[in-house]
Amino acid sequence: MSNQNQSEIQIKGIREGLLVTVSDGKWEDIQNSLLLQIQEKEKFFKGAKLALEVGIREMHAAELGVLRDRLADRDIGLWAVLSSSPVTEQNAQVLGLATKVSTPKAERKIKTPDNTIPGENAVFINRTVRSGFKVLSHEHIVVMGDVNPGGEIIAGGSIIIWGKCRGLVHAGADGDETAVICALELAPMHLRIANYFATSPKGKGKPQPELAKVVNGQVVAETWKLKAR
Amino acid sequence: MSAKVVTITSGKGGVGKTTTTANLAVALAQQEQRVVCIDGDIGLRNLDVILGLENRIVYDLVDVIEGRCRLKQAMIRDKRLPELYLIPAAQTRDKSAVSPSDMVRLCDELRNEVDWILVDSPAGIERGFKNALAPADIVLVVTNPEISAVRDADRIVGLIEAEEKGPAKLILNRVNSSLTKRGDMISAEDVLELLAIDLIGIIPEDENVVVASNRGQPVTLSEKAKAGQAFRNIARRLLGEEVPYMNLDEKGGLFDRLSRMIKSGGD
Repeated sequence: MSNQNQSEIQIKGIREGLLVTVSDGKWEDIQNSLLLQIQEKEKFFKGAKLALEVGIREMHAAELGVLRDRLADRDIGLWAVLSSSPVTEQNAQVLGLATKVSTPKAERKIKTPDNTIPGENAVFINRTVRSGFKVLSHEHIVVMGDVNPGGEIIAGGSIIIWGKCRGLVHAGADGDETAVICALELAPMHLRIANYFATSPKGKGKPQPELAKVVNGQVVAETWKLKAR
Repeated sequence: MSAKVVTITSGKGGVGKTTTTANLAVALAQQEQRVVCIDGDIGLRNLDVILGLENRIVYDLVDVIEGRCRLKQAMIRDKRLPELYLIPAAQTRDKSAVSPSDMVRLCDELRNEVDWILVDSPAGIERGFKNALAPADIVLVVTNPEISAVRDADRIVGLIEAEEKGPAKLILNRVNSSLTKRGDMISAEDVLELLAIDLIGIIPEDENVVVASNRGQPVTLSEKAKAGQAFRNIARRLLGEEVPYMNLDEKGGLFDRLSRMIKSGGD
């Protein structure tokens, strides 16, 4: 009997304290069962703030008042009664109890906001790529540092160099002609995008950030400008 | 005090590794440091010639490693200076006669005997270079302001980083300020900017160096030569002193700017 009643009571921790959910059944039994549980785990309940969820059950103010007093005897504060029954809600309000709480039922769903951009994978190299060293990846490659003459960067996707690019760079190595290469100073020994290649013109003026891409079957380098893509 | 092992390397040959080793050893010994230099260029030894100790070789590095003599027996003392020794390379063997762990063991044995152990690395990036790098506490990369030398130095700096012996320090050798000024030589700034490591010295082009080396009298032994002064400055910097960079250009300019650049953190 007691066991059966216990199963009708669920106790969960919520941000505001404890949430006790009771099912249908004789209120008297349920109350006794709850008090019994509290007695069994006195230490756990002591000083707790308790919210009671009763579902559609209609409860009288007197019943709520008795429960509140019984709980108060055990140093437990009943502060809210949640119910879908307007009668119960009203009675609870009469007793000065809250009727709303952010219950676990209203769990905040961590849904992906619409404003995040999924992005693509890239390899990040946080050092200078010196002569004789090589970075190979089927993804994009980002280098924070220079690529010195004799250094090689070969990417399936695009290549971004936050530094000077003076080595060999090959973007879109798997055939992607939309790949781009940009660097704070683009002066590679040899630059390739997919199957198109270019060398940097000699005697350029003041170094500036540039972006190289394929336009009409030719590699063109242009000054880096911010633009919507 | 335990000795510091300084390896002098460059990648490219002929940039002045051996000359630098000999002169730094002399400069450190002049500062009353106990110095031993080890010629790592087995099969193509030169350090003994430049130090003028060629005719005193009895035992060499390979003899020590293969146990044919005691370490002390292979240490040739330079009588011009209080405590300068040379362990010469073997001429009749090759690099494979020594392994990196042999070098580490040898240097560890020497550490309590002296203050500085200078290891002259051979050119290249193979066994000899690896032997010379293995025991290093400090690595000095020597380069000339020439594209091929700088390219090789860059590779060497990368390999030193990969061996976790970095960051290496740079010695820019044979700088000719009048050529640089005319734009016929890469400037020191350009070299530093590309290699992105700390500079520890600039040695001016000086014909006294060649003359002195041929005589077996390192240029640092002479008080007057500018190159000798530059090596003495590097030695003092190794000893922790702050030494301003020499004004190699009569009219100032490049080196003034350069030393300002270095003071402000390297770039």
